[in-house]
Amino acid sequence: MRANNILGIIFANAYDNVLGGMTAPRAMGSVPFGGSYRLIDFTLSNMVNAGIDKVGVITSNNYQSLMDHLGNGKPWDLARKHDGLFFLPPFSAQELERYNSGRLGALQNNTQFLEMSNEEYVVMSDCNAVMNIDLREVFRYHLEKNADITMVYRYGSVPKLNNRLVIDKITDGRVCAMSIATADREGDANCAANITIMRKALLESLLREANASNAASFERDVLLKNVTNLRIFGYEFKEFCPIIDSIQTYFDANFALLDEKNQKQLFVRGRPIYTKVYDDMPVVYGLGSEVKNSLVADGCVIDGIVENSIVFRNCRIAKGAVVRNCVIMPSGFVADDATLANCILDKDVTVRSGRTLSGAETYPVYLAKGIRV
Amino acid sequence: MGAKKECIAMLLAGGQGSRLGILTHAIAKPAVPYGGKYRIIDFPLSNCTNSGIDTVGVLTQYQPLALNEYIGSGQPWDLDRMDGGVHILSPYQQIKGSEWYKGTANAIYQNINFIDRYDPEYVAVLSGDHIYKMDYSEMLAFHKEHDAACTIAMMEVPWEEASRFGLMLVDDTGVITEFEEKPKNPRSNKASMGVYMFTWKKLRAYLIADEAKEGSSNDFGKDVIPAMHNAGERMFAYRFDGYWKDVGTIDSLWEANLDLLNPKANIDLTDPDWRIYAKNSALPPHFVSKDACVQNSLVSGGCCIEGNIDYSVMFANVTVEEGANVRYSIVMPGATVKKGATVQYAMIAEGAVIESGAVVGEDPEQIEDLANWGVTVIGSNVNIGENVKIPAKAMIAEDVKGGDAQ
Repeated sequence: MRANNILGIIFANAYDNVLGGMTAPRAMGSVPFGGSYRLIDFTLSNMVNAGIDKVGVITSNNYQSLMDHLGNGKPWDLARKHDGLFFLPPFSAQELERYNSGRLGALQNNTQFLEMSNEEYVVMSDCNAVMNIDLREVFRYHLEKNADITMVYRYGSVPKLNNRLVIDKITDGRVCAMSIATADREGDANCAANITIMRKALLESLLREANASNAASFERDVLLKNVTNLRIFGYEFKEFCPIIDSIQTYFDANFALLDEKNQKQLFVRGRPIYTKVYDDMPVVYGLGSEVKNSLVADGCVIDGIVENSIVFRNCRIAKGAVVRNCVIMPSGFVADDATLANCILDKDVTVRSGRTLSGAETYPVYLAKGIRV
Repeated sequence: MGAKKECIAMLLAGGQGSRLGILTHAIAKPAVPYGGKYRIIDFPLSNCTNSGIDTVGVLTQYQPLALNEYIGSGQPWDLDRMDGGVHILSPYQQIKGSEWYKGTANAIYQNINFIDRYDPEYVAVLSGDHIYKMDYSEMLAFHKEHDAACTIAMMEVPWEEASRFGLMLVDDTGVITEFEEKPKNPRSNKASMGVYMFTWKKLRAYLIADEAKEGSSNDFGKDVIPAMHNAGERMFAYRFDGYWKDVGTIDSLWEANLDLLNPKANIDLTDPDWRIYAKNSALPPHFVSKDACVQNSLVSGGCCIEGNIDYSVMFANVTVEEGANVRYSIVMPGATVKKGATVQYAMIAEGAVIESGAVVGEDPEQIEDLANWGVTVIGSNVNIGENVKIPAKAMIAEDVKGGDAQ
């Protein structure tokens, strides 16, 4: 197995619409997560850790912050003379329209990139599943099963997303029946985590076919349609793997990281999650600060009370401020005696002194980027 | 040969730093961890890049492996350049034989060819064991303005400490009139910081002359600077007011770390316009558990803090288990303090493990004779067994089994 015989493709904008204001100034892939990261870091690091050294990041709009984050790919060791990171924004207005139609349109816009790549296999991934998966293992499974297509799935609640595939019947790994989950589907199921491996040649022929038949959806018209024609296999991922489908699941997935078991499954020795480096100094805890059950990233200065929260880099929590059950994205400032509970503060939010903001555990208050309260 | 450079820097990083004892058994002093996520050498390297000096020669000799690996291509400091960048300069074999760097001046002398490749007008000579933030471009402007042959950075130290430093007598115009090396009765409190700016043409000539001189110790402070002074060269003192600390001893290294927690110490690493860069490995944010208590401390990425921390610096990936107490201490990368252990007034080197119930270090207030007190040091990857007590001032280089008395 030659790891660098696999081409990585990431859909950076998939499901942009589900996070409301959070994705107004950015793509799904550059949504901050887990104190130090952007969502794309997980899937990108998974690919790099599997030895993949050519990754195309397909994006459609709002990609300025994503570009800023990825730069030339250096933090992921993808700044290479040969291969490395390819940023694939839309080429024309017409193309942009096709992106909005979903994964299929996004791929059809980039057939040239596929053609120009020499890799034998392709692994495709969205950004909204947070996990640390050994893709070498998945690829080994793909070969071992002599599969045409391998899909990663996890057992759990069905994400409230368009075109979400659910595996209804699986025998010895072979997917026998699949369906697209309806919006009202309740209960747990084997849900696609939207990581797919196949031969590049197969993907290209499926795309041509889809084009000829005027197909609209990759899930429905390509994967589901071929469930009997092709050997489609499922690879079950059993570790920490929240799939973000709403502000609420985003909120909960962040807090899930306060559980040490989940931390251990996401931050695995030997398979680090890489991200852009900012050279912030370590966190400074002042006298009288009180921090409990929280993740705090470099560059923060904490003088107040922080409980059950995720505090991103470069935030300041002033004396007398109280922060409970909050997600505070980079460069937030909570001034003295301000009180926050169940809030998501987007980047650069300032809460002035004495203000009180409180959401419910099941309905957090979201403060958009740059707001001053 | 690449582009001509106006000014390049030569960083003296070859010293053993023997006064740091076991902390420098396996690494050179500039590679010693400092401030939660840095190594000492990050300061001069970041100063160079922030001052617009993009060519730096790092002179190494003693235990260079960790340092070489750390510096790598120079990318963390933005010193991976098309022309110039950072270069590790170890002694090498030449046609007339080979020799180690005999002294600081000889180290530069042996690399005259390296410097000549860039044809610089000026060369900054820096040492790799000081913690300070300084704009060398301002010093260079001063040097040019005064048409100096040599400019020495100087800071005023408290008179009672002056006798520990190399001192300078300076007239009203900034001209250095006399040098005093660690005098018993100082006549000046203007101390040399070990940061020099030279006009390369001049320095080059003096280095060659010094090398030819019988019995010279080939040292900047002892030989080259006095020779320039005696010859009547224009030598100026450049005044610096910021934070500066020589971290050459255990106590000063410990203090310099804790200075980061002292708002009066005037060292601010949060300044976005003067970042101190460091090689960062990918680390998650640190976790503080529901039972932890963290006060007045620095904590880095990858740490898991479940115990109590007061007035301490925690480097990357440190684990402090439930009920453990860490006070007035520096805990270096990857070290673990287990349940119920106490670490106080101590420095714990990389990867060391303090087993549960062990007590490392002593509180000076609990000691009758302060002469017996000092910072306790645990060497890298050393295991301190359960319930072991390690006294003040001790330096532990080998595992101590549980129950063993020290």
